[in-house]
Amino acid sequence: MYAIIEVGYLIATLSFLGGLKFMSSPKNAKTGNLIAAMGMVLAVVLTFLAAITATVPYTNLIIMLLAIAVGTLIGKRLSDKVQMTGMPQLVSLFNATGGGCAMLLGLVEANQMDPATTIISNQILLISGLVTGAIALTGSIIAERKLAGKVKDRRSKTVIFSARILLGLMILLPVLYFIGIIPIGFTAFMYVLATLAMVYGVLFVLPIGGADMPVVISLLNSITGIATAFAGFVYGNKAMIAGGIFVGAAGILLTLLMCKAMNRSLLKVLAGTFKKSKNGVVEEEQDIKEISISETALSLSFAQKVAIVPGYGLAVAQAQHICGQLQQLLEKRNVEVNYIIHPVAGRMPGHMNVLLAEANVDYSRLKEMDEGNENMEQYDTVLVLGANDVVNPAAENNPDSPVYGMPIIRAYESKQVIVMKRSMGKGYAGVQNDLFGLENCSILFGDAKASLQEIVNQLKLI
Amino acid sequence: MEFINQHIQEIYFVIFCVFIGIEVIANVPAILHTPLMSGANAISGVILVGAIIVMLRVPANDYLNLTLGGIAVFLGTLNISGGFFVTGRMFKMFSQKK
Repeated sequence: MYAIIEVGYLIATLSFLGGLKFMSSPKNAKTGNLIAAMGMVLAVVLTFLAAITATVPYTNLIIMLLAIAVGTLIGKRLSDKVQMTGMPQLVSLFNATGGGCAMLLGLVEANQMDPATTIISNQILLISGLVTGAIALTGSIIAERKLAGKVKDRRSKTVIFSARILLGLMILLPVLYFIGIIPIGFTAFMYVLATLAMVYGVLFVLPIGGADMPVVISLLNSITGIATAFAGFVYGNKAMIAGGIFVGAAGILLTLLMCKAMNRSLLKVLAGTFKKSKNGVVEEEQDIKEISISETALSLSFAQKVAIVPGYGLAVAQAQHICGQLQQLLEKRNVEVNYIIHPVAGRMPGHMNVLLAEANVDYSRLKEMDEGNENMEQYDTVLVLGANDVVNPAAENNPDSPVYGMPIIRAYESKQVIVMKRSMGKGYAGVQNDLFGLENCSILFGDAKASLQEIVNQLKLI
Repeated sequence: MEFINQHIQEIYFVIFCVFIGIEVIANVPAILHTPLMSGANAISGVILVGAIIVMLRVPANDYLNLTLGGIAVFLGTLNISGGFFVTGRMFKMFSQKK
């Protein structure tokens, strides 16, 4: 039996790896997900079988079975109901459950283990798993609330300062405990740490700005993975260690990618600070050209290659479906339509792609920023929809601008740029967009969704 | 030192996992980053295995820990089930051919 279980864990580990590997192409990704899911079921079923063969009280078994049944059902329901725009919230929520599981596991395990016979390294691992799990739990819940617009950023000094004190305490207290200065039992000590870590999780996410959410979600995801790996160490369970580390690695990788795409260092994101523009903001008079809806429709229909640069504004306006319609209409007229997507478009990594895929846009039409920039001069018309800072040329040529250094989509290199805007408001960074004043750029004022609908209607008539 | 001696295999294992993990994940294109993340999230639900292991050792009359452990199992399952289902839903959208 023991050997079978070990082999089962091995297969599970390989299935995680294989699943992730398959996820690198849109065609095979579905299979990859299935492989990883089956590996997971195998690991859980085998662990459970071991439970039945050992003499475990029925009470425990029944509680576990019930918990698993209810958990599966609720998970299925939540995932069926979610809207694609709400995906970041759901992923955060699921991340919170993983963290919560890790934290509770630490608490229960602390109660079961005898501190006198357990080696200190195992206790340290357990503490690490508990603390990381608790941070991921409350951090993800706050992230979810923020994404849902229920909690606002709190960037006060008190929050940031208390968070740092807590972080210090969480490192210092275990040291003091193991020296023997803190005279409480191991379990009680774990409860104290769990509380501190949960408060820290809240304070740590509170100051982080809304647009930095992609970074935070990735980071929290990786923290949950690390918590899993710590727990895996406690049990010497390789499937848990491997699974945890893969997730940790994925999270860190995405975190750094997102930071790079926003030209912000991880530390600055975590501190919730923003780069202030030097020398004050120099507002130059811009000569702005307006364009009408019919002119836009006309220039789109006579173009050969059109690129759409979508931003989160598109999703907020729920305009991705009309966007898909526009694309189909243009393709019927033999216009090639591509989407050029900035890595931080949306509220989590890759979010915009999911929204467009939902609107039936084929993934071969979704271009990454670098690929889009390479062929930019081939595009006759670039339509900017709900994006602003990511097309601002100031990021490349104005060292005084707060967005300077951020990689951008070089829409200005195309033959014509049409920016759809509600008003002359500024982007998230609150910076004037140099693109609007350029010779080849015109602005179509109005609500993105209504304008798109009108363009679609007119194209049908042309 | 005692720790390193006892766990040397695991330490090798961790190092290999880190490198393999980064290598595999770096190959995922940006268009799939959201499902990758929710898929990875589901994989981190393997913590459920740990929750089950610990539940096996809780005495049947220790109600506090049975409750906590039960919640842990529930949360872990929710993480796995929700994570894989929602990832599957997203991938299905990407693989649809018109």
